[in-house]
Amino acid sequence: MERSLSHIALFAALIAVLGFVPQIMLPFGVPITAQSLGIMLCGTVLGARRGALAVLLFLLLVAIGLPLLSGGRGGLGVFASPTVGFLLGFPVAAFVAGLITEKAPLPVGWAAGIGAFAGGVVTLYAFGIPGLALMLDKTLTEAALMVTAFLPGDLIKVALAGLVTHSLARMRPGVLLSRN
Amino acid sequence: MLTLTSPVETPLHRWPAGLKLALLCAATILLFRMTTPLPLAAIATALAALHLLLGRSIAATALRQLRPLWPFLALLALWHGWTGDLAQGAIIALRLITAMALANLVTMTTRLSDMLAALDHLTAPLARSGLPTRRLTLAIALALRFIPVLSDRIDTIRAAWAARSPRRPGWRILIPAALAALDEADHVAESLRARGGAG
Repeated sequence: MERSLSHIALFAALIAVLGFVPQIMLPFGVPITAQSLGIMLCGTVLGARRGALAVLLFLLLVAIGLPLLSGGRGGLGVFASPTVGFLLGFPVAAFVAGLITEKAPLPVGWAAGIGAFAGGVVTLYAFGIPGLALMLDKTLTEAALMVTAFLPGDLIKVALAGLVTHSLARMRPGVLLSRN
Repeated sequence: MLTLTSPVETPLHRWPAGLKLALLCAATILLFRMTTPLPLAAIATALAALHLLLGRSIAATALRQLRPLWPFLALLALWHGWTGDLAQGAIIALRLITAMALANLVTMTTRLSDMLAALDHLTAPLARSGLPTRRLTLAIALALRFIPVLSDRIDTIRAAWAARSPRRPGWRILIPAALAALDEADHVAESLRARGGAG
């Protein structure tokens, strides 16, 4: 119990800290950061349930007024912005990434990579695109077009999530809560 | 660590946090129900006036916090300029600006302690039905405490990298950073257990 709780809290803190690492701005003002990679890692390292709870805890800290989202954003306003769908999709993305890392009968790196893709791209976009469409009053297709610019960056992050999870498992066997 | 609460005391700071949150919910739902530009423009103007009444620093901060919206507003201007449906574009833009500014205003005028008290209040029914809300409080406190700790650890890792390589660490920093978080988590779990558990 204490172990679950401390891992959830520490990974919520890790997501926050990864938001302070310098970021690359892409067109349309959505930043590519280590932070969304942190979301995927929550799932692949901590597993479905703990990973999703860590991300939820992070979002709660943002909502109560801490500027922890990359670029120093935070507060209740970010939940009224056009990208709110992505925020709400974060915990689900971590859950899916974790679930696949836990269950897939594959080497850990591949399982984590596939999990990161299913969670951090498929699931996340499934939340983000309808959110964008709703907030900007556009059709789903039009909203999907707006986010295609981010697909290459996100695919790079998927590969990195697989690599990092693989390295962690190799350096310290048994450290991944998702696999034992 | 700094919060987004405004250090300039305003009358809104003294309103109960729960009331502000309830009003924000109601106002946001209402904003998304409105389908004509003129009332929305009136609300936006009133909100801007309210910001100015609360003080220049509040207004300036509010304006700065709306910056993430600019790319979307530019996109809307292009889109609706192209299709010629300017009224609809104005509705969407005004709705976005007012909804976000209103939410930011609640954050700016509510202290972290008040927000946490409101959260306690909201989760109280859960506690009565037997859910361990004490663990949530503990998790929030732990995460807040360890943000500066992990931030220092990452700085140390970057310095160690810089001492050995002329290149930037890039994504490789994630591996020792994640290990640091995992190690700290194990230490914290042991400490919690030694002090009687997390409840």
